[in-house]
Amino acid sequence: MPELNLTSAPAHLRHGSNIGQPLTRRDGVLKVTGRATYAADNHPPGMLFAVMAVASIARGHVISLDVAAAKRHPGVVDVMTPDHKPALAIDPDIKTNPFVFRMEVLQSNEVRYANQPIAVVIAETLEAATEGAALLAPRYETLPPLVGLDAGESFVPPVVGVGNPAAHHHGDVEAGLASAEKQIDAVYETRPQYHNAMEPHAIVAHWDGDTLSIDTPSQAMVMARARVAELFGLAPEKIHIRSPFLGGGFGSKGFLTGPQILGLMAAKLVGRPVKLVLRREQMYGPVGHRAPTRQRLRIGANGEGRLTALDHHARTVSSTFDDFYEPAADASHTLYAAPAIRTTHDAVRVNTGTPLFMRAPGEATGSIALESAIDEMAWACSMDPLAFRLRNYAEVEPITGKPFSSKALRACYEQGAARFGWAKRPLPPRQMRDGAGLLVGWGMGTATFPALMFQAEARAVIRRDGSGAMEIGAHDMGQGAWTALAQIAADELGLDIDRVEFKAGSSDLPDAGIAGGSAHTATAGAAIHSAGAAVIAKLADLATNDERSPLFGAGNAGVVARDGKLFRRDDESRGESYAEILARAGISEVEARGTGAPNPAALEEFAMHAHGAVFAEVKVDPELGQVRVTRMVGAFAAGRIVNPRMVQSQLFGGMIWGLSFALHEEAITDRRTGRIMNANLGEYHIPVNADVPPLDVITVEEHDPHVNALGIKGVGEIGITGSAGAVANAVWHATGVRVRRFPIRIEELLTQR
Amino acid sequence: MKPFDYVRPGTVAEAIAAAAQPGAVYLAAGTNLLDLMKGGVSRPNRLVDVTHLDGLDRIERLADGSLRVGALVSNADLAHDSEFARSYPAVAEALLSGASAQLRNAATVGGNLLQRTRCTYFYDTASRCNKREAGRGCNARDGENRSHAVLGWSESCIATHPSDFCVPLVALDAVVEIEGRTGRREIALDELHRLPGNTPERDTALEPDDLIIALRLPPAARSFAAHARYLKVRERTSYAFAVVSAAAALRIENGKIAEARLALGGVAAKPWRARAAEDVLRSVAPTADAFRDAAWRALADAKPSGDNAYKIELARRILVRALTLAAAGTPARLPALPASPFASTSGAVHA
Ligand SMILES: Cc1cc2nc3c(=O)[nH]c(=O)nc-3n(C[C@H](O)[C@H](O)[C@H](O)COP(=O)(O)OP(=O)(O)OC[C@H]3O[C@@H](n4cnc5c(N)ncnc54)[C@H](O)[C@@H]3O)c2cc1C
Ligand code: SF4
Repeated sequence: MPELNLTSAPAHLRHGSNIGQPLTRRDGVLKVTGRATYAADNHPPGMLFAVMAVASIARGHVISLDVAAAKRHPGVVDVMTPDHKPALAIDPDIKTNPFVFRMEVLQSNEVRYANQPIAVVIAETLEAATEGAALLAPRYETLPPLVGLDAGESFVPPVVGVGNPAAHHHGDVEAGLASAEKQIDAVYETRPQYHNAMEPHAIVAHWDGDTLSIDTPSQAMVMARARVAELFGLAPEKIHIRSPFLGGGFGSKGFLTGPQILGLMAAKLVGRPVKLVLRREQMYGPVGHRAPTRQRLRIGANGEGRLTALDHHARTVSSTFDDFYEPAADASHTLYAAPAIRTTHDAVRVNTGTPLFMRAPGEATGSIALESAIDEMAWACSMDPLAFRLRNYAEVEPITGKPFSSKALRACYEQGAARFGWAKRPLPPRQMRDGAGLLVGWGMGTATFPALMFQAEARAVIRRDGSGAMEIGAHDMGQGAWTALAQIAADELGLDIDRVEFKAGSSDLPDAGIAGGSAHTATAGAAIHSAGAAVIAKLADLATNDERSPLFGAGNAGVVARDGKLFRRDDESRGESYAEILARAGISEVEARGTGAPNPAALEEFAMHAHGAVFAEVKVDPELGQVRVTRMVGAFAAGRIVNPRMVQSQLFGGMIWGLSFALHEEAITDRRTGRIMNANLGEYHIPVNADVPPLDVITVEEHDPHVNALGIKGVGEIGITGSAGAVANAVWHATGVRVRRFPIRIEELLTQR
Repeated sequence: MKPFDYVRPGTVAEAIAAAAQPGAVYLAAGTNLLDLMKGGVSRPNRLVDVTHLDGLDRIERLADGSLRVGALVSNADLAHDSEFARSYPAVAEALLSGASAQLRNAATVGGNLLQRTRCTYFYDTASRCNKREAGRGCNARDGENRSHAVLGWSESCIATHPSDFCVPLVALDAVVEIEGRTGRREIALDELHRLPGNTPERDTALEPDDLIIALRLPPAARSFAAHARYLKVRERTSYAFAVVSAAAALRIENGKIAEARLALGGVAAKPWRARAAEDVLRSVAPTADAFRDAAWRALADAKPSGDNAYKIELARRILVRALTLAAAGTPARLPALPASPFASTSGAVHA
């Protein structure tokens, strides 16, 4: 089977009207009627329930578990502990590739963080397993845990994020600061946050001899399959992972987590299918989170309000046993045209589960600090924050000097500001009140997120009945992959969307890569694009080489595929349907594969990012300090918009997470025990409906010929960036109080009245 | 979950008999109790489901002008009873500012009164908590305690009572009717919840098998209807417990305050009636200065129990605001965001 990778200028054109249409979710009815099967909805015959017991200390050792008591409880089948568990094929601590993170799978009795799994009880019912876990009554030898940003000696991590250098610089920062007429030097703190997807991590595992069937939510099925294969010593083909729907992932379902592996081990141990579902509080530990940061920004500007230097240092934490460092300072690489930029990171190790990718990792934390600091600098220069940002608009990527592949940020600023009415903003804070006497403030932030591409493959088929199929193991986390990717598939096959069988969400389909980094539509879309081009090319070959076809000899001119037919590009009165071509050739179907991948040459030449501008209005009670966001406008330029309705939802969601970052989200860690004291959705606050104002999203036209063949940039994460800072800046503008610790709390706003 | 008996008596007498055995607890809607059981915080031997008892779901106006609310009336039904809301607007406002619509539909009057503290160390069975296990110590005292008590706390417990409903009720001299082994009795709501002292494990003055039958608002409670508000500061606009809240009710005659009622929520182990502050307001004009004096008086004995000194200043400010709003008059309709500082923000449609 030939593998074609047509990323530009294909010989044949496919015309469709699906991309760009605001289709509603094709899986929407299934979801609202409860017929969409999420992982935990599966109940293979004979299935048992597994419940984890988790550590209530953050550091030390488990010295005893009352396994006998748990086993005596009616319904309990077995108790898996470090002493009683199936062996793994390799040591799970070995990093076989950079995307392997260490996990707790009962390898020892050591406890490294609170809520670490320490045993698994397997029983006939969920209730029996739950009570069995309680009966284990663990006893510990407790050591003083490492907690917080000052927990120990700091060090410079080898890399931050995914392989980024921990330090970067360009130009002479100290000289830039020394020459500045205005300077700010400010420290911002962000708190730990947890993904809190609605759907908890869940796994239903079913061993049948040496084949393994798995239902589990995954943002990267093929990578997950490879991890299972190496841990259990299986050939990947023996493992089938199904993940048709995710109830949110936000990064926490990107890698298989310890609890998921424990579900597989439990099923192996008892020789029956097993379901393991995390309870909400168990998600505060073994499935990743966003680390806290403390960021120092030093910024200088000259008399005209032009930046002379930007110095951004971020302190963060990682676990005691693995490495992931929130690349917060890297947010300063791309946005503002300072002649000298330095970004540095350091870290301490604490007793938590390893922090991981969460909703714009680095970009979000860095953005709220950077956008606050830019706002402070604008005020120091007595300039409007938008004028200040425009004065320092980066025409090329500041840290590298590369041109942007496209950058419609100016249009975002203009359209967002116009829609918001920004021009009427008074420069000083605490100037506006509403009719009820509440303080009103307006703030803005710039949004940015890299336009990434990973690797993906797709398989396209055109059948003799004139229908088509597109197969790709893509992931729908709720963002709408079932719809948006099917729209791309329909256009690439030159078919109506109802004539395309779109298959996704299963590991036996071609690898769609990872649904992360806001790159899934771009990456999977590119694979679909090239598979579609390849299958059309094959079909065109059949026709143009066959003298009985009206398309005979059109090979050089090329054909156009549209509505299930091929037409001569130079004479559209001559055409033939897919069905006719295949019938005459006596073939039941043609198929082809295609891949999507980053284009190294373009990456070398261009800086590629999506951009946006977010404007927020808050009201603050002048005496009581309670804050409410009353209006938000976001204008985003993210290349080609495949489905405007879904893109709008993604951007709404991002803006709400931004609001949440500025005002609500915080895991409260007991400083003595390292335990999280609000590990539930009652007390880990995220915005409720009453907190979310009318949101206004503008998608700014942007054509990008370089990012990928379809010109798609991501929209999944950019919404949180810019938004968090916009809300924080609006709080300052309302009150005159600059809060540099997020989320902003009532007590900080009571300082003045 | 630990196995337990479940009984569903049909009469009050049967219920009390069923609750006589050690480890028995009453179950109303279960919105608090079942959470506590799932978390292993409460481990009862027997649940006595009171939701099928006859005659406890009525709102009755008594001949003397008082109002009697059965213990099983739901929080939502009570708040939406239009005669109730007209007569005791601050109570309706408090009810509607609590929890979520779904919870209010289920939660009962009796259960709301007896809901347990939201101290996170109380909920966390790995922490030491004197309220959960007498004499074990209090992990909140030196822990994450920015939402803990500033009034009436002791070294053994710094928890607060979380109810919104109870705050205006205590201001209006509500009375609780109780049926127990020794028959029927009644106590002032103000006497129901206890300050911790050395025995924080006892939340209330009730004996274990005491059943709350009804709540009564005395005739005078109606006389504040024209000037009564509840105000609740919280960390999000809805669906959060109060950081601090206040109920203010005034009887204004000839431009002067004839009588004031004031209570604070979220500051102590009980809804905190501020009687000394009420005295400050007797027979004075409803002015900002008077309100400030009253607020200072109300918090005169307050002291931080941890990282919560801000709650003292916040409580003063909330009292001043609640008094100001009450003096301005009860609004004709309950605001869309009840008890919120943003009540008057246009476009607010959710509660
Ligand atoms: C997420 C969440 C948010 C919330 N937010 C708020 C809020 O903002 N403000 C607020 O005020 N409340 C709030 N609540 C608490 C809620 O108001 C209480 O859970 C509810 O009122 C309890 O009523 P219930 O009928 O469910 O009681 P149950 O849970 O059944 O019982 C609670 C306690 O009362 C006892 N009990 C019940 N009825 C009687 C009786 N008749 N006689 C004797 N004992 C009895 C039970 O034994 C138990 O100890 C919230 C609750 C949740 C879960
Ligand atoms: S404050 Fe009270 S409820 Fe909280 S831990 Fe201490 S004793 Fe327990």
